[in-house]
Parts: sequence; C-alpha cells; structure tokens
Amino acid sequence: MNEPKVLPTDYVTKPGEFKTSTGKTLRTDEMIINMGPQHPSTHGVLRLEVVLDGEIVVDVIPHIGYLHRCFEKHAEHMTNYQQVIPYADRMDYLASMNNDWAYALAVERLLNIVVPPRVEYIRVIMAELQRIASHLIAIGTYGIDMGAFTPFLWCFRDRERILDLFEMTCGARLLYNYIWVGGVSHDLPPGFVEKAKDFCTYFRPKIKELNDVLSFNEIFIKRTANVGVLPKDVAINYACSGPMLRGSGVNWDLRRDDPYGVYDKFEWEVQIGKGEMGTVGDCWDRYMVRVREMEQSVKIIEQALAGIPEGNVQSAIPKRIRPDRGEVYVRTESPRGELGFYVVSDGTASPYRIKARSPAFVNLSVLPEISRGCMLADLVAIVGSVDIVLGEVDR
Amino acid sequence: MEELLRSILGDTTLVYVIAAALPLLFILPYALVTVWLEMKVSAHMQDRVAYMYTGPHGIAQPIADILKLLQKEDTVPGMADKLLYTLSPFFVFMGTYAAFAAIPFSSAYIGSNIDLGVFYIVAISSLVVIGILMAGWASNNKWSLFGAIRSVAQIVSYEIPTALALLVAVMITQSLNLQEVSRFQEGGIQNWVVFGGPLPLLKKLLLIPFTLTAFVILFIAGIAEVNRTPFDLPEAESELVQGYNTEYSGMKFAIFYLAEYANMFLVSAVAATLFLGGWNSPFGDFLSGPIWGFIWFVTKGMFFIFLQIWIRWTLPRLRVDQLMYMSWKVLTPFLFACIFAVGLILVL
Amino acid sequence: MSSVRTYFRDIWMALYTVAVGMRVTFKHLFTPAVTVQYPDVKLKLPERARNRLYVNIDDCIGCDQCALACPVDCITIETIKSTPDQDLGVTSTGQKKRLHVPVFDIDIAKCCYCGLCVYPCPTECIVMTDVYEFSEFERHNLIYHYSRMTPAEIAEAKEKLKKAEEEAAAKKAAAAAAKPAAPANPPAQAPSEQKPPSAT
Repeated sequence: MNEPKVLPTDYVTKPGEFKTSTGKTLRTDEMIINMGPQHPSTHGVLRLEVVLDGEIVVDVIPHIGYLHRCFEKHAEHMTNYQQVIPYADRMDYLASMNNDWAYALAVERLLNIVVPPRVEYIRVIMAELQRIASHLIAIGTYGIDMGAFTPFLWCFRDRERILDLFEMTCGARLLYNYIWVGGVSHDLPPGFVEKAKDFCTYFRPKIKELNDVLSFNEIFIKRTANVGVLPKDVAINYACSGPMLRGSGVNWDLRRDDPYGVYDKFEWEVQIGKGEMGTVGDCWDRYMVRVREMEQSVKIIEQALAGIPEGNVQSAIPKRIRPDRGEVYVRTESPRGELGFYVVSDGTASPYRIKARSPAFVNLSVLPEISRGCMLADLVAIVGSVDIVLGEVDR
Repeated sequence: MEELLRSILGDTTLVYVIAAALPLLFILPYALVTVWLEMKVSAHMQDRVAYMYTGPHGIAQPIADILKLLQKEDTVPGMADKLLYTLSPFFVFMGTYAAFAAIPFSSAYIGSNIDLGVFYIVAISSLVVIGILMAGWASNNKWSLFGAIRSVAQIVSYEIPTALALLVAVMITQSLNLQEVSRFQEGGIQNWVVFGGPLPLLKKLLLIPFTLTAFVILFIAGIAEVNRTPFDLPEAESELVQGYNTEYSGMKFAIFYLAEYANMFLVSAVAATLFLGGWNSPFGDFLSGPIWGFIWFVTKGMFFIFLQIWIRWTLPRLRVDQLMYMSWKVLTPFLFACIFAVGLILVL
Repeated sequence: MSSVRTYFRDIWMALYTVAVGMRVTFKHLFTPAVTVQYPDVKLKLPERARNRLYVNIDDCIGCDQCALACPVDCITIETIKSTPDQDLGVTSTGQKKRLHVPVFDIDIAKCCYCGLCVYPCPTECIVMTDVYEFSEFERHNLIYHYSRMTPAEIAEAKEKLKKAEEEAAAKKAAAAAAKPAAPANPPAQAPSEQKPPSAT
C-alpha cells in the first residue's frame, strides 16, 4: 500500500516543468490559489482550491464540510418527529419552508395521513413565497459577484415584504418551524390574504426593473453568456436538478412531473433555458430561469389565494407520532433543486435514520467539470450561478 | 501665481513649496466632500439613507472616517518587502498630485503654466502604474499580485484612448497649454470644444459628432484609468477581496483612498478643461471672472464626479479580457476615425 | 460581414442597455428610502412574533412538558413534591399546583426560538414575547432563572417532603408488621409515588 496516491491534480509534464531528483514533478507554470473559506463571493464557507495558469483555471477542487452540524445525527436523538423540524429548517436556511414541507411530507407518507385541503393551499402559498425570497437572494448576490451593487439592495427590499408576511403568520423571519407533520402550526392571520395580494401586485413591476438594470445589461450578458456551459447529458449524468438542470434545456420540474400537494390544480409554465444570449446551459440561462420562475411563482400564489378553502388547519396533526417500521423517500422541488428526505422508522417515537438529499451538494459536484478552461472571473460567475447554500451542502 | 508669491516673499524656495502645496488645499476638502457625496448618492440609489448620526445627514462622517484611519495600527505583513510596501502609496499619490500642477483652476491660477500641459499630464500620471505594481508585489499575497497585474495591463492599455481623445481636442484648440485651451473656449457654451469650438458654423456642425464621440470616449477611458467600476477589476471586491489594497491599513490605506479620489478629479478636470470650457462660464460674459471661473470649474468637475459615482453603482464590472478588447478594438479604432475626420474637416 | 454587424450591434446594445440601467438608478435617487433609523425608530413586531421567552412562574405546575419538547434542551426544571398539607394555590387557568419548582432555568443563548415549548404547556405560562434586544456582557447572564423560591424555602420544602416520606415508610412498616400472616398481598402503592397526570 505504499504506492503514491494518484491525485486528480497529477498532470502530465508540460514544457517548463522540472523533475526533481526523486522523480516528482515540480509544477512551475501553474499557481495554486485558495478561494478560501472566507471569501466575499463563495456564498458561505466553501473552500475552492483553484489551479491557475495565468488567468485560466486548469482545475477546481471544492472542499466542503466547514458548516457540518450533524443534522442527521441530531435527528436520531430527538424525542419525537416534530422536534426534527427546527433542525430541518436550518439546513437550507434561505428556503426553510421548503425544507419543512419535504420532511413533513416524508413523515406523513409513513403515517398515511391526509391533510385537509386548506393546509395544502397554505403550504403551496408559503413554499412559493419562499421560492421568490430565495431566488431574490440568488439574483442579488449574483449581481454583487458581478460588481453590480445596487440590485442586491433592491432584492433585499422586496424580500423584506415576504419576510413581513411570514412574520405575521408564524412569528419568525427566517427559520419558521411552521409546516408541521399533519398540518401547519398557525392558521393564516386576518389580513394575510390582502397583504399577499398586495405583494403580488407590488412585485411584478420590480421584476421588470430588475431585468432593466441587471438581466439585459450588455456587460452582465457578456460576463455570463457562454460561460460555464453545462450540456444536457452532463447535467443528467451528474444528477443536477432545479434551475441548473432546467437552464440546460431539460424540461423537468418535480412540481409538474411528480406532483405533491395541490400543484396539479394550478396553471403555470416550467421555465427552461433556451440559449437566448449564448449557448444553452450557460450561466445566463440558469440565472434567467430563476428570474422567470419568480414570475411563475407569483402566478401560482395569486391562483392559490383566490381558491383557498376554509377549514381547520390543525385537525390532522397527530397527538403522538409513532409510525410503523418502514422507510420512505420523498422528493420535492426546493428553490435549488430536488430536495429529498429518506426517513427510516423502527416503530419508536423518534426516527431511526434520516438522510437529506440536498440539491446544492449534488449541484456543486459538477463545478470542476464546467469550469475547466475558464478564467478566474468566470469561476466566480459559475459558482454564483450554481446557487449553493453551504448549510445545505454540509448539513 | 508665482509672481504674486515672489512679490510677497522674495525669491526663496518657500515660494515654490507654497505654490506646490496649493492644490492640496483644494484636494483635501474635495476628498471629504466626495466621500460624503458617494456615500449619499449610492445610498439613495439603493433606497436607503446613509449615515445620519455624525452631523446632520452625516456631514461629519468623512472626518470621522479619516480620524479612524489615522489611528489604526500600521501593519506590515511579515514577509513583505518593507521598502516597496511603504513607498507604494506615495508613488500612487505622487503620480496623481504632480499632474495637478498643470490644471487651470481659474483664469488667475494655474500651478505651472507650461506649454506642454497635456503631454505632461498624460506622462506623469503613468507613475501610478509603478505604485500599484509595487503595492501588489510587496504585499506578499497572491491575490494582491493578481490585482496589481490586472491593473497595470488596464491602465497602460487605456492610456492610448486617453491620449488620442485629448489629441482630438488639441487639434481643434491648436495648443497643448491648458490655460490657452481654456481661453480658446471663452464666449459661451457654443464655443466649447465639445460643440465644435469657436469656428464657423459649417465646420462646427461637421465637427460635432466627432468631438462628442471623442468626449464620451475620453470619459470612459478616464474611468478606466481611475480603476472604478465597470473597470474596477484590480479592486474587485467580490473576487480579490480588495486587490492590491488588501494588506494595507491605516494611514497608507488612507493615502491610496485619497489618491483614487484625486485621480477621479484629475480625469474630470482634464475632460472639463479640454472639452467643456474649463473655467469659462456657459453664458459668455455673464457670471465670469477669476472667482466665478473657479466656481464654474469646480461645478463641471463635480458633475463628472457625480457621473462616475452614478455609473459605478449601476453597472457590473467587465472581465479583464473584455476590458482589453474594449480598449484596443473598440475605443482606439473609433478614435482613429475621429482624428482622421477632424483633421480633414479642419484642413478643408 | 456578419461579424462586422455583431461588432456594431454589440457596441450599440452596450450603450443602450447602460443608458436604460442608468435611467432606472437615477429614478431611484428620488424615491423615498425604505429604511428606518433603528435605535430611534423601532418597527412594531406583529403579535405572533417569536423572540425572547417569558415564563409566568406563578402559573407553572412543574409538568416538565416544555423541557421535554425543547429540541436543544435549553430548559432545566427541578421539582419537589409538596405534601398534602401544603397549599400551593391555583393557577390562573384553574389547575391546582402540586409541585414546588425550585429550579426553572432557560439558557436563552441555546434557545433556537422555535416555539415548540409553548404549545404543550397546559397553563400557557411560557410564552414568546417580542423582545429582541437582550444582549448581555457576560455569558452567564443569559441563563434566566425564573424560579423565585429562596434557598430557605427550598430547604423547608425538602424537609417536609423527607418527613412525609419517612412517616409514610414508618406507617407501611408498622402495617406490614401488624399483619405478618398476610401472604402475597402486594402492599398498597404509596400515593406520593404517583406523578400527577400530564394534561397534554
């Protein structure tokens, strides 16, 4: 076992390289630089080891694990299934409603509970509002990575309205603990429907403004079009999901193709990248898929608000959650992609094993593939377009 | 200016020292005002208000910032090249400040009335490149080195469009002396070089598209010279933390900061003098005179500063190769065409 | 020919989109700011806001449900059973209190503000308020001690409990001694061993 390990960075000797007396190759043409865990644009504590030849990226090796908080191990020690929900919130902290919903769906399948229709509508409204909020952050931070400082603040201003809606309903702004197994924790407060409708009418012109300043700005297009092209087959082979997959032209959205909740009752379109400004599957396509998804989410919210039925939201919440022995895998469409929970129950009140399939973790794995040969500035654009949240990558 | 001082103090070196330090009297308050202006304009564009506590609407905030920078610890990284590290902020500031000697602030004051004004400014402001390269190398930091290399390429490439655009104005005004250029444009807004200069109407109308183009290109190249967005790759906050500035703190960082703002004004002043009439009032004789001239000059300079701030907070930044592409393949060919056309029109 | 066209088209698009963007930013110079000056102006939180915890200790019956529900174990409760002759009073929801609560600590630094402790409380004595400015200089000041029993009262309650248990044990021994020939009769369960039923 004394053979030297073949590291992925072991290249063939290139002109300009020297061999030392022990036969090891001294690479003198390339610089290894660390876009370290603390960096203004790696969206969290992600360490990227970048091998550079001048400005051209030869290889990227992502190192993760700086935010690992043992979510899955904690979940095994909780005294009941409801206590896991605050932990699930904190996985992808920018899209908590979607995390809660995915986990609650998994446990409800184990217990064979059917939730009342009002609960389903509320869940859809909350998830779509959360999708808009999460995409706003993705777009705003992507603008900042490119150097446009102003759209970031406009996105956050709009996001404040959504957080106000959430605070009105459940009391918290970021980590909600709202969607419970069997229902939701509070019914919608009086005035919520009007305020949400106001938000929808307020938000549509803001998307247009964002498009004027950022999306169709020629400098932004030149920075992101034809950069980080992810071909269709590579995306499918790497199990990418969400806007990354749809940006490459694959027409796949779990809300339509594997529906959960009441998504099949609404009319909306799945947005895919068409290569309008460059190649199909480049960073601009992925970014634009997110912007257009926000519009579609507004459409869904308006339809849901118009059709929400009356009822008791807490009638199906079980007093004691003790599922039979079994396992279930449930997948949902979170803003970042396919979020799945695989829950194994051994018949007791606390879970035996929970595995979270986080979309950002899987999407990040495609990074070395699509960034070989780009420039350092492009690497920032590519990492931004993958839209990772380290809480989800590391769990 | 020197005659006045010499008559008071006699022919001593003190005269020259005072004459050299006078633009500093303008630059320092101007820097404070510009810091405040940038902060407020950027804040209002982003739907927020900036500082409101230090003085009404944060007027005293720049003073607070300067005091903070002054009392910070002056760190030098362990393995840094100490001499280069200490000298580089001063080189950057020197390059900018020396060019202020040839800028006419008013009809009564110009630091040094040399006949080679424009040439001197373009030459001496290249000293900034050396300073930035020293800063990047001496910091012993790969990221700083990156920023410095990019900056050198950028500034050197954008000197060409700057010089060519200045050439367009010089062809019309027939002089490199900036005070002469300003005097050439007196008489009102229609005599400004950007509208063709004080030439017969037909020639003016033919010249206007080319002078306008040269003016816009001069402004764009000027922004690139100052390293501001959309050309701020050397200080790209999202990529290089702070570029060549990363390891600097305290007073040295304050000098870099001051040098950047001084450079902004230099570029604005050159554009205003050569194309927009310098210290001339747009109404001809109304509201003109040495004091009014100074006021008009500063107003035009601040207008350009506002434009630079506005552009910075709107646009994303260009990548290095796109920057180079723009300089060599877009700005320079357009300027060649302008120079050819302007020359033809002036001769015929 | 098409590359010449793209060249000029790119330049035109650059100028045009930059101008459009700058117009939008310029308009924003004149829109009112959406921020408030925080320490002087504080926004009012909605009524369901979940911030610092508050416990009305007079209503607490010591059932330990909130401590069990907490996912991060930030609530520490210790109880002392009261003897039948003590009258601890009645909570505001009408339940009779049977347990002294000498220790009711909440480590607000550990609390994750999920609100799971609020739902199981039978007397609704633990609530989440809208207080969010409670930073302290010392870490130990973030452990909130809600119980108001003095050490003297705690010692007294423990004494009484010990005495009551000893008396009950003595009575049991006497009853067992007085009936030596009663086989296989399981002794009666001492009433003080039973916990009060949880009212969830």
